[in-house]
Amino acid sequence: MDTFLWVIVPYLCLTTFVVGHFWRYRYDKFGWTTRSSQLYEDKMLRIGSPLFHFGMLGVVGGHVIGLLIPESWTDAVGVSTEAYHAVAVVGGLIAGVMALVGMAILIYRRRTVGPVFSATTPMDKVMYAVLGVVIALGMWNTIAGSILSVGGHYDYREGVSVWYRSFLAFQPDPELMADAPLGFQLHALAAFALFALWPFTRLVHVFSAPLGYLTRPYLVYRSRDDVELGSHRPRRGWERVG
Amino acid sequence: MRVMAQMAMVMNLDKCIGCHTCSVTCKQAWTNRTGTEYVWFNNVETRPGQGYPRRYEDQEEWQGGWTLNKRGRLALKGGGRFRKLLTIFSNPKMPSIQDYYEPWTYDYATLTDAPAQEHTPVARPKSLLTGKDMKITWSSNWDDNLGGSKATEEHDPMLKKIGDKVKFEFEQTFMFYLPRICEHCLNPSCAASCPSGAIYKRSEDGIVLVDQDRCRGWRMCISGCPYKKVYFNHRTGKAEKCTFCFPRIEVGLPTVCSETCVGRLRYIGLMLYDADKVLEAASTTDEHGLYEAQREVFLDPNDPEVQREAERAGIPQDWIQAAQRSPIYALINRFKVALPLHPEYRTMPMVWYIPPLSPVVDVVKDTGYDAEDKGNLFAAIDALRIPIEYLAELFTAGEVAPVDRVLKKLAAMRSYMRDINLGRDPDASIPEAVGMTEEEMYDMYRLLAIAKYDERYVIPPAHAEQAHALEELATECSVSEYGGGNPEIFGEGSGSLTPLAVENFRMLQDRQTADTLASPADKSARVNLLNWDGKGAPSGLFPPRPDDEEQR
Repeated sequence: MDTFLWVIVPYLCLTTFVVGHFWRYRYDKFGWTTRSSQLYEDKMLRIGSPLFHFGMLGVVGGHVIGLLIPESWTDAVGVSTEAYHAVAVVGGLIAGVMALVGMAILIYRRRTVGPVFSATTPMDKVMYAVLGVVIALGMWNTIAGSILSVGGHYDYREGVSVWYRSFLAFQPDPELMADAPLGFQLHALAAFALFALWPFTRLVHVFSAPLGYLTRPYLVYRSRDDVELGSHRPRRGWERVG
Repeated sequence: MRVMAQMAMVMNLDKCIGCHTCSVTCKQAWTNRTGTEYVWFNNVETRPGQGYPRRYEDQEEWQGGWTLNKRGRLALKGGGRFRKLLTIFSNPKMPSIQDYYEPWTYDYATLTDAPAQEHTPVARPKSLLTGKDMKITWSSNWDDNLGGSKATEEHDPMLKKIGDKVKFEFEQTFMFYLPRICEHCLNPSCAASCPSGAIYKRSEDGIVLVDQDRCRGWRMCISGCPYKKVYFNHRTGKAEKCTFCFPRIEVGLPTVCSETCVGRLRYIGLMLYDADKVLEAASTTDEHGLYEAQREVFLDPNDPEVQREAERAGIPQDWIQAAQRSPIYALINRFKVALPLHPEYRTMPMVWYIPPLSPVVDVVKDTGYDAEDKGNLFAAIDALRIPIEYLAELFTAGEVAPVDRVLKKLAAMRSYMRDINLGRDPDASIPEAVGMTEEEMYDMYRLLAIAKYDERYVIPPAHAEQAHALEELATECSVSEYGGGNPEIFGEGSGSLTPLAVENFRMLQDRQTADTLASPADKSARVNLLNWDGKGAPSGLFPPRPDDEEQR
């Protein structure tokens, strides 16, 4: 059972995530968009969307630090466990609350504003549900696990994180996850479900984050046909000289 | 010198009767699809008026186009790259659908379905966004012919600039139509605003296009364009804009709006310009100098050195010849009667306008004086300061002198040609008074009044070896008509269903099968003819035969 939950399922989801994106990009480049609904409604979006997105950026950043950086590294640079956890909990709480509040505003908007609701696909609804569950479980782990210490103390940096790195290194160690508290297990499973859904939802826009904009020239020129200069081959005797 | 070719347009506003034929044919050709109901690549505005979308010219509000920063360098008015990325989650300057208008259709079925009743049944307006009943309060040309302008004229940003003195005096003396398409600028701020780099300028003919596969729907182009001529397709989540009908241009045909223009007021031709000079011209410190600065960017296609450089830049010989015959070059640089729309946005627009003289003529005529006499017209141009200041706000960033010069040229042409038409000796002093020779004046008259199709549209034709790839010629493999290949996406009735996106595939299906008015729902019983491109018979074109079932 442990092998199924913490080896087979995660790798299945990861495969779906990778292959799914490849397929989506090949098959549906035209549908690769944020599908913005700002045209329909502006006031709520102006508050909710930045709140949610910046909150999520914080959440993702926190996960990268928490999951990918081994405890030994932070120890090596002299960050004490207490200091680390204080920063992680406070930062995680702020980012998590931002994301949750933003998401609440966005879902309320989606449900109450007529045109936005009509433009919501069933896939959107599924995605919102899974995303909501993932965030809620994550918040629960932070609050219940780290602040209130419900069910005893658990240091995820010695459990979940190690498992996650072993998973990425293709040498998964299911025991580590099997020993983790239920909240962490559910959070991880829900997150993998989200990764499996990812390529088939509007979440693909995450991979279009336009960072190239910072370095490219303002104006883009493109030729209709890269092979030939001008819009057609010159007639005989009219070819370009030099 | 880096020579580039640009397809450009000039519209002679004197001839525009505001019939909206260009808008309608353009819409039929390009934006008759779900998601673009509110989109008019070509629209005709009555001036004075708010325009479409409402008050789009107020750049203090919308922050479109370019501006000079503190160091005197050209910068996007809506903020540079970092600011764009920081506000990417919610574009603070994007117009809402209410600034355009909420698209609607009518509940026509009620007219035939309603049971017998005392009162005539009414087709009620239904929103195309929600499918619910709605109250129509605005549209793309709500203030057509100054309709309701008593209530709305104060919102015209251009009128505001020239002060309160105008108001009603203006309305009594002056009204004209302004057809607008994308300006296909030399320095497009929409392209500069696009985080994905999906908007590009074609290096052959300067047409500005959106790559639909690269667009990610960040919406920065919509707020970046000061003319508000990039639109958001709310169904596909992508930006769309006027294409200058490039499939037609490529085969030497004029755009749909030009082809169908009743007044024959549009001219299309090539302009050669020096791409190295564009930035410098757009950075001209004095707004009033922008019109002249842009004229300086254009190159004389008759100059041998320009021809040599153009050849070196890969511009084919027949394109250079077309540039020499270009009516655009004649109107902009030879006769100097065409002016750019809002040069102060610093985008170097390439759809120019000949300002209207007719309202001035009408005023003179109403006073009982001879409206084609040079003296009377010149005096009227000088006296009617307010309309001319308004035109200057549109075409020369508020500087009156160039507008004045153009109108005097047009007035001089009228009185000079009248002498000829009446069989009198032509008066050489008339062209001289506006700094033209008699021959030039006659040439200008020919171009403005009687130019034929091939003089108004000088578009270098396509070549046979490429013809099969050009979209307007139907020599491509025609399997698509028989269910294979790539079915045309235009019109819901044609071809097979195109999956717009994996995730909204279901939505598409729902829209087409739902029992609401927002989409052609009960297809077996009715069909939206506006969306039908004339190909095939979409189901629902004819009602089902009641006896079909029995016969089988």
